[in-house]
Amino acid sequence: MSSSKHKPSLKFGVMLFPGSNCDYDCHYAVREVLGEEAEFIWHADGSPLRYDCIILPGGFSYGDYLRPGAIGKFAPAMERLREYAAGGGLVLGICNGFQILLEAGLLPGAILRNQGLKFICQDVYLRVEKSDSPFTSLFRPGQIVRIPINHYEGNYLADEETLNKVTSKGQIIFRYCDSQGRVSEEANPNGSLANIAGLTNEQGNILGMMPHPERCCEKELGGEDGLLVFRSITNSLKGGREAVAG
Amino acid sequence: MPANQAKDSLLELALSHGLSRQEYRQIQPLLKREPNQVEVGIFSAMWSEHCSYKSSRLHLKKLPSRGERVIYGPGENAGVVAIDDNLALAFKMESHNHPSSIEPFQGAATGVGGIIRDIFTMGARPIALLNSLCFGPLEEARNRYLLSQVVAGIAWYGNCMGIPTVGGETRFAQCYRDNCLVNVFCLGLVEQGKIFTARAGGVDNPVIYVGSATGRDGIHGATMASQEFDEGADQLRPTVQVGDPFTEKLLLEACLEAMGTGCLVGIQDMGAAGLTCSSVEMADRGGMGIELDLSRVPVRERGMDPYELMLSESQERMLLVARQGSEEEIKKVFEKWGLPAVVVGKVTPDGNLRVMKGDQELASIPTPLLTSQAPVYDRSAKAPAYLDEVRCLDLDCLAEPKDYSQCLLSLLASPAIASKGWIFRQYDHMVGLNTVIRPGADAALLRVKGTAKGIALTVDGNGRFCYLDPRTGSGLTVCEAARNLACVGARPLALTDCLNFGNPEKPEVMWQFSQAIEGMRAACQALGVPVVSGNVSFYNETSGQGIYPTPTVAMVGLMQERSRYLTCWFKNEGDVIVLLGTTGLDIGGSEYLNIIHGRVQGTPPPLDLGLETGVILTCLEAVEQGLINSAHDCSDGGLAVALAECCLGPDGQRYGAKIALAEEMRLDGLLFGESSARIVVSLEGENLSPLQSIAKTHKVPVKVIGEVTGNRLRLGRWIDLRVEEMEQVYTQSLEARLATEKGERGR
Repeated sequence: MSSSKHKPSLKFGVMLFPGSNCDYDCHYAVREVLGEEAEFIWHADGSPLRYDCIILPGGFSYGDYLRPGAIGKFAPAMERLREYAAGGGLVLGICNGFQILLEAGLLPGAILRNQGLKFICQDVYLRVEKSDSPFTSLFRPGQIVRIPINHYEGNYLADEETLNKVTSKGQIIFRYCDSQGRVSEEANPNGSLANIAGLTNEQGNILGMMPHPERCCEKELGGEDGLLVFRSITNSLKGGREAVAG
Repeated sequence: MPANQAKDSLLELALSHGLSRQEYRQIQPLLKREPNQVEVGIFSAMWSEHCSYKSSRLHLKKLPSRGERVIYGPGENAGVVAIDDNLALAFKMESHNHPSSIEPFQGAATGVGGIIRDIFTMGARPIALLNSLCFGPLEEARNRYLLSQVVAGIAWYGNCMGIPTVGGETRFAQCYRDNCLVNVFCLGLVEQGKIFTARAGGVDNPVIYVGSATGRDGIHGATMASQEFDEGADQLRPTVQVGDPFTEKLLLEACLEAMGTGCLVGIQDMGAAGLTCSSVEMADRGGMGIELDLSRVPVRERGMDPYELMLSESQERMLLVARQGSEEEIKKVFEKWGLPAVVVGKVTPDGNLRVMKGDQELASIPTPLLTSQAPVYDRSAKAPAYLDEVRCLDLDCLAEPKDYSQCLLSLLASPAIASKGWIFRQYDHMVGLNTVIRPGADAALLRVKGTAKGIALTVDGNGRFCYLDPRTGSGLTVCEAARNLACVGARPLALTDCLNFGNPEKPEVMWQFSQAIEGMRAACQALGVPVVSGNVSFYNETSGQGIYPTPTVAMVGLMQERSRYLTCWFKNEGDVIVLLGTTGLDIGGSEYLNIIHGRVQGTPPPLDLGLETGVILTCLEAVEQGLINSAHDCSDGGLAVALAECCLGPDGQRYGAKIALAEEMRLDGLLFGESSARIVVSLEGENLSPLQSIAKTHKVPVKVIGEVTGNRLRLGRWIDLRVEEMEQVYTQSLEARLATEKGERGR
């Protein structure tokens, strides 16, 4: 099924918490579609992390009965992730992975329940707010992409000071929009502050996003926009030699 | 206590658990002594309708269950069907009606949990869920509450497990007001060499308990599901189990990992009647005995007596039989996942279920007394009196609508027909990266990674048809499922069912049941579709009022080349629209008659199994030869609704149509009648003649009825609607009905 013919040269780590359920999907997207190496990192494993990029996948870590990510942040592997990230390593947190990064304080802000108090699984449109991040290097500035969301708690919140800071420092990577790229209340599926769907830390090496790029890496599953996130990562890691998608 | 008094209290205990006086009296001669309290509890659970199938067993035998691809049919935790030389699918559907009526969120959630365990018990990784739901009309607040909570419960459990819910159906009728139906289906993928069964084997092999600790929840769940409700049903709430999907997710991963060690002999989930049923069934299937020591069972409440331990239905528990000496290896796997694994007993050669507490024997029963020698009834059956009354429909007294456009909009807004997007959006339907056709189509389509194959899934039921004629109705249900699969391009492999009925002790209900089985048998035979698993839910009655007889069918189909799959939506301006099959004057039992005229009357459309087979084969061959661009089954709302739905494709890909029909019968019959065996297809004009040749070989009438064009649906001079307007009504109606009030608890 692998669509890539090149020899893998990069190694991705996919962190596996009890209750993660998009772990295999991320692993599949990296290995079978992107064509790079992927390994699972067990939550209880405290050994140093040596990867080119680490993915925190979606799911319900430890059941998330208390609050999404509230227990996940205490995992021994998370301590190692801090060290890895402090050294500039790339981290991509998707959905529950994003929630864990927020709880761990590696990203600013917090997540509330969706405004409509319902779980939402559907495609949404996103506007790419910053195309010179390591996660979006192959997107055009302002590009509109379609990627599915799948969460009960995706309503991003931050205080005014934080919002101003992440805005001015260019940390907002994706915003919810409509098919025409309009960032509006109608196009906001969960009540997120400023339609924020994904943002990075100040250093720009950690991205948390509610939408699931691993779910749309193949035409057969309804689109390939998600693949561009993974390809951007490999592109950045390899020194940005690939051309931006038309 | 004097002996007589003790005996009386045991009888009372048995009666309170749903055994009849006569059944209780059978225990003593079988056991050759008086049973004790624990044993009475075990007998009453195992002899309950829910566990023993005592009223249905004789009838279920009539259903065809064999086929070249069938690896395991009924009798295992799930049916297993091969899709090639290596891979197989394990699937089953089960009802959780009674618990969901009492406590909808947990009732539905634990229904999902139970069916998932049935699948991974077979060694399969679950990859898809479906559900079929029936409620009372949404005008009533309590029904809105039930729907919202059932959907939320299914979403909570399935989403957390990371198993996509890829399809389903939701129906409404007054008869489901006090007995809602929640039927859940799960499908798993397994390599044929890695299939597990629930058999105990090897004398002295350890019996290992894994998963959650045992509490007092769900005691008598099996008994509760074998009784009618009355006004006090709310008080049964404590008998509903409480789910913990996180623990089940761990259990799933741990069990699959443990299966890979080669240490396991057999595995069985603890569902209805918990430790009792799982140990008895495992021992019985393996022709062995099992001895349990209750003092070793992990508990989460203090002071639980043996009786409670044996009958608790605490969720997320499994019983394993492992090879002697492998205990530590098994424990290590479960420890990794944070779950206890405790040796609670051993396999014995004597065929008895022996329950110990330390050195003290609490019960000892030969397992065949609880299984093969359990009561079986050939209950009397009699056609219900209501039939004569409801079957006569005088069309002359039925006024035809004045405004057919309005009529079509009303049907598109009917909750049975309107888009179920509000429901599907709450289910994770994409996790696993296999969902090629998402919910809301004729059938869902999953890919099988590493192959070109696709698996199509559909679930269908039609209680109204079955109420008017259970035999025809259940046959039509099977045919509709097969047609839905054909519309995406998949050949039917096998089916699983949930047979939801009233109280089988009533001859009228038994008649409905036996007729439904007969209809299902005939249709399955004609279509060559075996029934490989299923479940019966009787006693869906409250205060003497029963539900419509509602056999629900989930059918699984296979596509060799999934890239050829079709959806129901029109694809190209200028394509020709063709109707396969014939339209009769079939207004009886239709959604049109129900919604527009408020009547449930007449007889369902006739069942023509020859034509059904021909239409299905024509559609399949046309898909396989790449002749057609869309296919959609005509069902609820008839031809007009089917055509409208063909116009309502995904955003940016919507087309209108211009249709011309000869006015050969009453217009409402022509437009909204529900004649079976019909599929609407669209294709390029040049492919018409090859399609006609295929249809001819299957003796299927083909009628060109119009073309794909513009952005309006124009049906003769009777209907003219903008696609956009239809789309709004279709997509927003269900949500609007549910939003009238927050789903608060009423009654």
